[in-house]
Amino acid sequence: MSTVKEILLTPILNDNPIGLQILGICSALAVTTKMSVALVMCIALTLVTAFSSMIISMIRHRIPTSIRIIVQMTVIASLVIVVDQVLGAIAYDMSKQLTVFIGLIITNCIVMGRAEAFAMQNAPGLSFIDGIGNGLGYSAVLMTVAFIRELMGSGSVFGFELLPLVTNGGWYNPMGLMLLPPSAFFIIGLLIWGLRSWKTEQVEEPEYEIGGHTALTQSV
Amino acid sequence: MDNNKDSMKNVVIVALSLCLVSAIIVSGSAVVLKPLRLANKALDRNKNILIAAGLFEQNVTAESKIDELFREFEVRLVDLEGNRFLTDDETTALGIDTNQYDQRRAAKDTSISIELSRDQDVASISRRARYSVAYLLKKQGSVETIVLPVHGYGLWSTLYGFIALESDLNTVSGITFYEHQETAGLGGEVDNPRWKDGWVGKQIYGADGRVALRVIKGSVDPASRDSEHQIDGLSGASLTSRGVQNLIAFWLGTDGFGPVLESLRGQG
Repeated sequence: MSTVKEILLTPILNDNPIGLQILGICSALAVTTKMSVALVMCIALTLVTAFSSMIISMIRHRIPTSIRIIVQMTVIASLVIVVDQVLGAIAYDMSKQLTVFIGLIITNCIVMGRAEAFAMQNAPGLSFIDGIGNGLGYSAVLMTVAFIRELMGSGSVFGFELLPLVTNGGWYNPMGLMLLPPSAFFIIGLLIWGLRSWKTEQVEEPEYEIGGHTALTQSV
Repeated sequence: MDNNKDSMKNVVIVALSLCLVSAIIVSGSAVVLKPLRLANKALDRNKNILIAAGLFEQNVTAESKIDELFREFEVRLVDLEGNRFLTDDETTALGIDTNQYDQRRAAKDTSISIELSRDQDVASISRRARYSVAYLLKKQGSVETIVLPVHGYGLWSTLYGFIALESDLNTVSGITFYEHQETAGLGGEVDNPRWKDGWVGKQIYGADGRVALRVIKGSVDPASRDSEHQIDGLSGASLTSRGVQNLIAFWLGTDGFGPVLESLRGQG
């Protein structure tokens, strides 16, 4: 039982898909201006990752090595289209805002990364849990970034105004930068820095050392 | 089985069966959910017409209430070349159902749309359908509010919306955009209720009968002479603001609804 718990929980802090594996950055920039949008994206991505991992794991003994990537893509793409259709039918307002990004789940590195790295070698049940775990890890980072961006950029949390804006007669002058994609880069960078300062085992070994200046010794 | 999973035969079998299963799942879900999606789309459009006309209250979410309010509108087709409203018989003769009419598709159909020249195309929409729907709210036979569909290019995307005019066909009674992909928090502020409130009571046309409404930079000074034609700019979204100004200029100008509104005004 401990392995299940481990697989579910390690991706949240110890092996975070964004923080350590540096996967799925693209959508973390795009959908984090509002918390409600980010939440729907998290749910959609978690479901797609979990089910695609499970399905791929179920057929992993049949998948020929030569076409495994395209098989994974087909499974993921089908699931994403279904999610998009369901969202359009039950949460129309949400789907209007998200439809472009839902399509982009297909290319989200986390989904394919987990299919290739975990689901191809493990049983369906475990792969499903792994998908959920990584989805949660992704969600944790996304919600944190969205919280910071929405609070500082629009003065609200989940659309509920906490800092009354100047434009609405309040005092808070929003930071426009927070609403633009580059701000997510800064926030994610700071988060990864913070995470690695706390859990130092996540710091990677430098691949090579930068040498000292050679110009002087050579010229002498 | 593991030995021959890379055989040509297995590759073909897996590829074909996977395609078949995926195709069935995807098309199945699309077909099953299509009625729901279409209903949502129509409901969303009707809701936005009500918002533009100022009839929609935030707490009204029930579908039946939206339908009930929407039924008060008279849906008519406008001929933008003949510059008049078509009668119901003419509409039927064209084979158009006003409630189902898809103006976006019509704008791509060369037989019922025109290509706009560079001078005409201020809203950057390249083609305009010949017919457009208009929603009339009548009281004792005379038009009280008219809601017109408008669209034009902003920064990233085409903005689709509705503008509602009062009975003088000049005073704005509301505006709303139901589809756009502008930056949330900057251009996306076209959805801000406070900004939209700023439109109410503004005059579209100047004394010369041309569109005088401008989205200016910064806030409107109420004391200024032109304030009745000015709208607050969206801060940090100059291009979206300009797009909104252009789409109003186009759709209420001579190539849009301008002449129809003028003739309607002439009738009293």
